[in-house]
Amino acid sequence: MSTARDVAEQIPPDRGRPLPDLLHDRRLRLLLLASAVLLLGGVVARATSAQELTSSGTFGAAFRFAMPVMLAGLGGLYAERSGVINIGLEGMMIAGTWFGAWGGWQFGPWYGVLFGVLGGALFGLIHAIATVTFAVDHIVSGVAINALALGGMRFLSTVVYDNVPGAGVTQSPRTAPIDTLSIPFLSGGDLFGWRSPDMLGWIEDRSWVFLSDAAAVVSGVTKGVSWLTLVALALVPLSWWLLWRTPWGLRLRSCGENPYAAESLGVNVLRMKYYAVVTSGGLAGLGGAYLVLVQAGIYREAQTAGRGFIGLAAMLFGNYQPTGVLGGAALFGFADALRIRQTSAVHALLLLVGILLAMFALWTVYRLQLQRGLAIAAFAVGFILWFALTDDVPPEFVPMTPYVVTLLVLSLASQRLRMPAADGLRYRKGEAV
Amino acid sequence: MWGSDREPHIAQTHREAPTRVPETEPRTGARSAAPAVELIDVTKVFPGVVANDSVNLLVERGEIHAVVGENGAGKSTLMKILFGMQAPDEGTIRVGGQETGFASPKEAIAAGIGMVHQHFMLADNLTVVENIVLGFEPTRGPRLDFVKARAKITELADVHGLPIDPDVLVETLAVGERQRVEILKVLYRGAEILILDEPTAVLVPQEVEELFRNLHSLRDEGVTIIFISHKLDEVLAIADRITVMRGGKTVATVDPRDVDAHQLAELMVGSELPTPETRESTVTDQVELEVEGVGVRAGERWALRNISFVIRRGEVVGIAGVEGNGQSELIEALIGVRQADEGRIELGGLDITGWGTRERLENGLGIIPEDRHRQALLLSSPLWENAMLGHQSLEPFVDGPWIQREGARERTQTIVDAFDVRTPGVDTLAIALSGGNQQKLIVGREMVSEPRMLIAAHPTRGIDVGAQAAVWEQLRNARALGLAVLLISADLEELIGLSDTLRVIYRGRLVADLDPATVTPEELGSYMTGVRQEVTE
Amino acid sequence: MNGRLRSLGTVLAAPAAALVFALVVGSIALSVVGVNPLFAYSEMLEFSASANSFVSIFNRAVPLYISAIAVAIGFKMLLFNIGVEGQYLLAGLVAAAVGAQLTLWAPLHIVVMLVVAVVVGAVWAGIAGILKTWRGVHEVVSTIMLNFIAFSVVAFLLKNYFRDDPASLNLATKPLPLSGRFPSLNPVLEFFGLEPASGFELRGYLLVAVLLGVLYYILVWRTRFGFDLRASGLNADAALFSGVKPKRMVVLTMLISGGFAGLVGMGQVTGFFYGYTQDFPRFLGFDGIAVALLGRNHPVGMGLGALIIGFLRRSSQILDLRGVPREVTVIIEGVVVLAVVVAYEVVNRRVQAAEVKAAAEATQRPGGVAEAA
Repeated sequence: MSTARDVAEQIPPDRGRPLPDLLHDRRLRLLLLASAVLLLGGVVARATSAQELTSSGTFGAAFRFAMPVMLAGLGGLYAERSGVINIGLEGMMIAGTWFGAWGGWQFGPWYGVLFGVLGGALFGLIHAIATVTFAVDHIVSGVAINALALGGMRFLSTVVYDNVPGAGVTQSPRTAPIDTLSIPFLSGGDLFGWRSPDMLGWIEDRSWVFLSDAAAVVSGVTKGVSWLTLVALALVPLSWWLLWRTPWGLRLRSCGENPYAAESLGVNVLRMKYYAVVTSGGLAGLGGAYLVLVQAGIYREAQTAGRGFIGLAAMLFGNYQPTGVLGGAALFGFADALRIRQTSAVHALLLLVGILLAMFALWTVYRLQLQRGLAIAAFAVGFILWFALTDDVPPEFVPMTPYVVTLLVLSLASQRLRMPAADGLRYRKGEAV
Repeated sequence: MWGSDREPHIAQTHREAPTRVPETEPRTGARSAAPAVELIDVTKVFPGVVANDSVNLLVERGEIHAVVGENGAGKSTLMKILFGMQAPDEGTIRVGGQETGFASPKEAIAAGIGMVHQHFMLADNLTVVENIVLGFEPTRGPRLDFVKARAKITELADVHGLPIDPDVLVETLAVGERQRVEILKVLYRGAEILILDEPTAVLVPQEVEELFRNLHSLRDEGVTIIFISHKLDEVLAIADRITVMRGGKTVATVDPRDVDAHQLAELMVGSELPTPETRESTVTDQVELEVEGVGVRAGERWALRNISFVIRRGEVVGIAGVEGNGQSELIEALIGVRQADEGRIELGGLDITGWGTRERLENGLGIIPEDRHRQALLLSSPLWENAMLGHQSLEPFVDGPWIQREGARERTQTIVDAFDVRTPGVDTLAIALSGGNQQKLIVGREMVSEPRMLIAAHPTRGIDVGAQAAVWEQLRNARALGLAVLLISADLEELIGLSDTLRVIYRGRLVADLDPATVTPEELGSYMTGVRQEVTE
Repeated sequence: MNGRLRSLGTVLAAPAAALVFALVVGSIALSVVGVNPLFAYSEMLEFSASANSFVSIFNRAVPLYISAIAVAIGFKMLLFNIGVEGQYLLAGLVAAAVGAQLTLWAPLHIVVMLVVAVVVGAVWAGIAGILKTWRGVHEVVSTIMLNFIAFSVVAFLLKNYFRDDPASLNLATKPLPLSGRFPSLNPVLEFFGLEPASGFELRGYLLVAVLLGVLYYILVWRTRFGFDLRASGLNADAALFSGVKPKRMVVLTMLISGGFAGLVGMGQVTGFFYGYTQDFPRFLGFDGIAVALLGRNHPVGMGLGALIIGFLRRSSQILDLRGVPREVTVIIEGVVVLAVVVAYEVVNRRVQAAEVKAAAEATQRPGGVAEAA
């Protein structure tokens, strides 16, 4: 008893040649890939004397820069898993920055976190009202939310920061920082008032190819890490657990896959969507608060600089999975960190990207996808030539690094997406066919 | 006259195996004095439509109670009311003697009512377990207890003979398996009253038999089953009692032993079933469409392979087959929405294999798509724009790149008049028309443009009897004038009644070439289910 | 005809309700900061009722209107060009740079510049179109990324190639020759007895905006292309079955949208800055989205929407002088956009339900029952 679906005659898979046996385990594959990239990066860094390409400082910064994007991406994940597209992440993040700064200034940094979450959740609620209750097109509503958040925060600034020294329409007063943590022994953290040795730092200073670079990666995520970073990181496994291991998560996902099925089983679809979109706003708001409280120590207008959208891109890159979101965000964070740490490292990045693309092209050709391989090879040659023919990336181009990387990654990776079946579709109670 | 002695094969299958039915006497009132379900004077009005008009229904405990009626007779609305998906405007509902008014399916489920929808309510990207426990999850602390869930499902599956692997994604399941998941879903919730909405529509005869065996065993365990259908012979084979609905009203409740299919049909439609007349063959020897070795890939397999056939002027070629065997891909390849991965297609002697859809439409190909709302209409646009759809590059709708509003309106008026589309005017939005009138508009817009070749997919699906007869008449007339038609349908009566040649599609291949005048339902059924395969090429 | 009037009424009801709602929210915001809303609103109205304000409102509305058209043409097929921002900046810069190098007969000079702007805008938007069709990258994400990339490219080009005087700190292109400057419409105003103060020039580019509005209407509602476009937006599957090639449609629409976007800033280039400078206005692309939503992608509706936003921005200038935070108008803008989106949805549903009912009544036969759901 089967249909054409499962028994139809097999034809050779058009992915071409199969994977070698060794590479069948997905985790092993990723680990190998990451190691290879790190090794290559170390070599490129030394060859171009752009040591910041693989320094612990860069990885640490990359990590910090990745968090807001990841939080926005996680926000997007909740909303879209419940079937609501959230282009308003940017606006919710803007609200998070403003309220985070205000709460931090008024009551202290952890209150800032709380207010940031609430501010984002408020705009999430507005998005939910528009899309879920009034069935407005999700993208249209998201665009409107972004406009409203921008205007609303500016108004609040004029009202609240009118006579506050150091603050004004476009910025808040400075906020107190959140405590940081270094792991004892590994990264020289304090242990009962005694400063332990910094082993990773020692290894990194030896400048051994790969080993030092690997030490730099670990050092970057264990040295001077903000407690809020740890909270943000914990949200990745927590989200996975919530969405895939609890009844709440199952119901939420069912709304994104087939809301009418969920409705027929007594799931209150509207309410689940509300939960998801408000959570989504709260997470984006947390990302905004992070931006203020950990990264900048101050609120500035337009501080988010499109990170909400990049979070969305990270979510797409991560194929609607929490760990994938983290990966996409890390990539963006790295590009962002590099441009801040050392301009010449961005130049070296051209070479690294060029070589990676060339390898990817070879891989694609190996798997018998000639056309695609050639297209990628063309990009690879372009980047390598750009590197070879210039001494420097023009300073005006440096700020666009993360955006170019995002676009590049999306255009190379976005075709295996498995989006929730009812994502972005209008749902009205009782309209099942 | 084949209407009486050549019933659709599904019916035949069960008429020949009635032995199971009399074995068990209807268990009317066997368990408790209070009936399982009682609806008294239930009325539901939608804008402009009275879907349920003082409906009365009495279902006893432990019986299989069939509710029959034409499409649009109000069966589905009635069941949605009973299941709490829609609120009645008036009337009383009693379940197990208790007066109730369910505000949501959740309450209905709590009262022991379960529903298996006609269109499966399953989430493809969730596993079988997840689909079954959704909304009623066993927990351990805050977690969903998958171990307990799996154990309970396996137990239910064993007890009721409904085998299923709980951990696969639903998207990998076949139709019959999906229905099993649906039934398990309902049983999992401890339902004692099971509503099945047109459960056999998507099944092949063998699957129908299996379903009926399962239903009988469920009934023997004391489950009350409400079986909604418009297939009379199935209903006669399975039901202990039958309630007939017509025009939103319940017109009678009968015992299946006291009536035959004809009497039931008369109750249902108020007159005899339409019976397509036999007629002269109009097939000429001019080939209009020639399909040669066409194959279509779907990912890593072939959705369609080695398809070859010809259609001549004045000929109707019918494609029979269970849905999902490549019909959609065939339609798409023929109109160019999808390019064939191999093979050739010729239309009127021209090789159109590499052509786009628009070029094909401009060269006299017409299409009545499978899914009216999804593929054929702009619901929120006026009728005249809908009449343009598919013809927006042709006169009188356009002149070069410019839209001719007057020309388009006049043409639409012509269609409305000639095809009896009931509408206030050509500026009315398409969404405002009933399904039958929408379909007449679609058929009309294709016919009026006088195509050389028409692909008609389920041309009368979901429309009322009157509109159905009108569409059939139009197709016959056009055929007599030399139109070549490819008819794809799930309605065997329609296929046999209209086709000059009948082909069967199974797993992406044409497996049989049959003469509709001599084919028996058993023969057709065994080809459709793959029991027999005749490679025709 | 009666029915049409009624439907016009319902269509207007939505934005009117949204505007009232936004004013109420604005009033609450004003009250919170201790300002009498009526005082603020009457000051705004009074301030706008002058020749100077008239000129200013129209000058502000023109780029918003063109930007809205660029967005709307994508919206019509549910293609979201959020990248108008980057497209008009890049196009304005390149067109200004090219225009500064030419000496031509005046009308031709301007036309050449406009064509350059259209091409640059279209090419930049086209990248997003190609990424969508070729690699499946959602246009919302790609156009946003392209905005940020455009900002970098603009800064790079202006500093290294198009800069007039490398010694000067002021980054600007070479000023346009007289033949590249769009004449002002002030003589026309004077003919009607309006005499704006010096410095208030009603830019002739207004005429271009009106022409573009007409062009947009004809393109979308009177041509085959427009029919394909709208069909794709209303029901992509049905459009496909009617012979629309979706990929071609996406790329083409992106190109056209980008072409309109290229013209957004040309009023300022040809009529105010006479070149591209660092002070070139930003955010017109995002504002255009708001106007398109306000005007529901309708050429007249968007015109009204642009004027409303223009009015709010002009009249807010008086608020600072009266000690009222003028950012309240930003709130009103934001709320009105969101509210109007919701209001249109509600009205739309009502209108459709009424149509269904009317059709059912008109076709009901005695004794017959139409099909149930």
